[in-house]
Amino acid sequence: MIKVYTSCVIDGPADAVWAQVRDFNGLPQWTPFVAESRIEEGQPPDRIGCVRNFRLRDGGVIRERLLTLSDYDYQCSYSILESPLGVENYVATLKLTPVTEGNRTFAEWWAEFDCAPEREAELAEQIGQGVFQAAFDSLKKLVGR
Amino acid sequence: MIRVRRSAVIDAPIERVWAVLRDFNSHSAWHPAVGPSTIERGEAPDQVGCVRDFTLRDGNHIREQLLALSDRDHVSTYCILDATLPMRNYVATVQLKRVTDGDHTFWHWESTFDVPRGREREFEQLVGGQVYEGGFTGLAAFLRRGGRRNSLHAVDSQGVVATSFGGPDVLQLRRLDSPAPRSGEVRLRQTAIGVNYIDVYIRKGLYRMIEPPAPIGMEAAGVVVESNAPGFSPGDRVAYACPPPGAYVTMRTLPAAQLVLLPDHVDEETAAALMLKGMTAEYLLHRTHRVRPGDTVLVHAAAGGVGLLLCQWARALGARVVGTVSSEAKAELARANGCEHPIVTRTYSFADRTRQVSGGRGADVIYDGLGREAAQENLAALATRGHWVSYGQATGAPDPMNLSEKSGTLSQPVLFHYTLEYLHQMAGHVFAALRDGILKPEIRQRYPLAAAADAHRDLEARRTSGQIVLLV
Repeated sequence: MIKVYTSCVIDGPADAVWAQVRDFNGLPQWTPFVAESRIEEGQPPDRIGCVRNFRLRDGGVIRERLLTLSDYDYQCSYSILESPLGVENYVATLKLTPVTEGNRTFAEWWAEFDCAPEREAELAEQIGQGVFQAAFDSLKKLVGR
Repeated sequence: MIRVRRSAVIDAPIERVWAVLRDFNSHSAWHPAVGPSTIERGEAPDQVGCVRDFTLRDGNHIREQLLALSDRDHVSTYCILDATLPMRNYVATVQLKRVTDGDHTFWHWESTFDVPRGREREFEQLVGGQVYEGGFTGLAAFLRRGGRRNSLHAVDSQGVVATSFGGPDVLQLRRLDSPAPRSGEVRLRQTAIGVNYIDVYIRKGLYRMIEPPAPIGMEAAGVVVESNAPGFSPGDRVAYACPPPGAYVTMRTLPAAQLVLLPDHVDEETAAALMLKGMTAEYLLHRTHRVRPGDTVLVHAAAGGVGLLLCQWARALGARVVGTVSSEAKAELARANGCEHPIVTRTYSFADRTRQVSGGRGADVIYDGLGREAAQENLAALATRGHWVSYGQATGAPDPMNLSEKSGTLSQPVLFHYTLEYLHQMAGHVFAALRDGILKPEIRQRYPLAAAADAHRDLEARRTSGQIVLLV
């Protein structure tokens, strides 16, 4: 089991950041790497257990299940059901915390998963930087002042 | 219940920030609102359960206990045990998180507590603003400084020196060097100096605490001019009462551990008059013996510097106060300060009167600074199972005595053995008693520093009453 942790400070209020990321079907609107997304079986995107099915710009398809969603804690978590990444038991959590000084947002995103030992470093980099940090950078542009 | 939450981002890696914050006693080094702080009982400052005892720069005094510390999660939780602020059930948590984007640190500080109704907003602002936000700014500045402090040098001072052991004439004003403060020390520009009977003993050589020529004096107040110690900055008003002698000087360098910050309501002259004598009254009435309502308390030299404070405080505690004085004028002064039964005697005869005013019982506690000449009378004045507290020996050391006659207890306490452990509590208690009007200093004699010999002459000739200060 390896753990990847990425965090950043976004120069905008936590409410505004949360409004972007709480939509489990909203990846195409705020990440640079998702081309299109839908929620399976017509469920609402904030129902626990719903599955999002999205296609990356490079063509890969990923299915993820929403495990938790808390508007109170600005936190959600999800697991990967299918993906081309080669990971197993993948559970990720995205959490926002207000920074009272400057009315900014501290954003954290972490994942735990299993993979072939020789791919650990590569996947940690790919997920931590290529996915989480890249999405944060995009959020900073969308929400930041 | 109030909940206060504040958070900030510190421009330093989490390891650097945590290395400072995990030390429960570090706050005096970086927090602008925090003055001197010590960990009680000599415990390590990262030991869960340890207690920090500190003074805020506004004069408030707080004891806090470390409840949890996790180096893995960078979390520290603590609570307030006692505070001079009306805060109850205060539990606070500090948590750090790594900001991987840029290697900064997210710092979250949160607490819950109760305050008197109607003061919620005031305390939310105080804790969130001055304590938490002030701490964010202070720690960031501390890390930018890298803990470095200014270079320091010796400066000129003047002081009253005992040129040899002897009478008041041996006291002379001399030029002196004030050494540069070393690590943990500060330099003060003194403004007021307290005169105590111990200064006479030291001048005479009865207490061999100096080798002449050397300045004498045990207490003073002033302003910090240079600091090489956490918790003190130039401009802070402070006071001390401690060995070694050397307080009759204009500039003094000494360990910061001996200093207390003065609250706004305590001026320097009052502090110089009250540090040694007020803390003496504090430990005598609250620590060596706990005076209770209805106790009969016998105070010798009841119009003296310590005597008046003992009368004031013992009366406020509900005791019946009996005192000895050397003149009618001093009897009036003692009476006006809480001594219900002043006894005028220059021959140390007071036992009959003490028993008489206590319905034959005698004194439950005797505060005795007289020593040998009054010893037999003291034994006669003591109640059965009474406590005889001998804290001075103005007439010499008493001969051994048979206390079994009264099942008496004899204590021979020394102030500095109490301040060693309880300095900040004791001083805080004295300042609170001063604020509440329980202690009312009677500074009836002021002398310029250069006239210290005159002060000693007057003190030895019993011409003084109340507290004596030298002004710089």
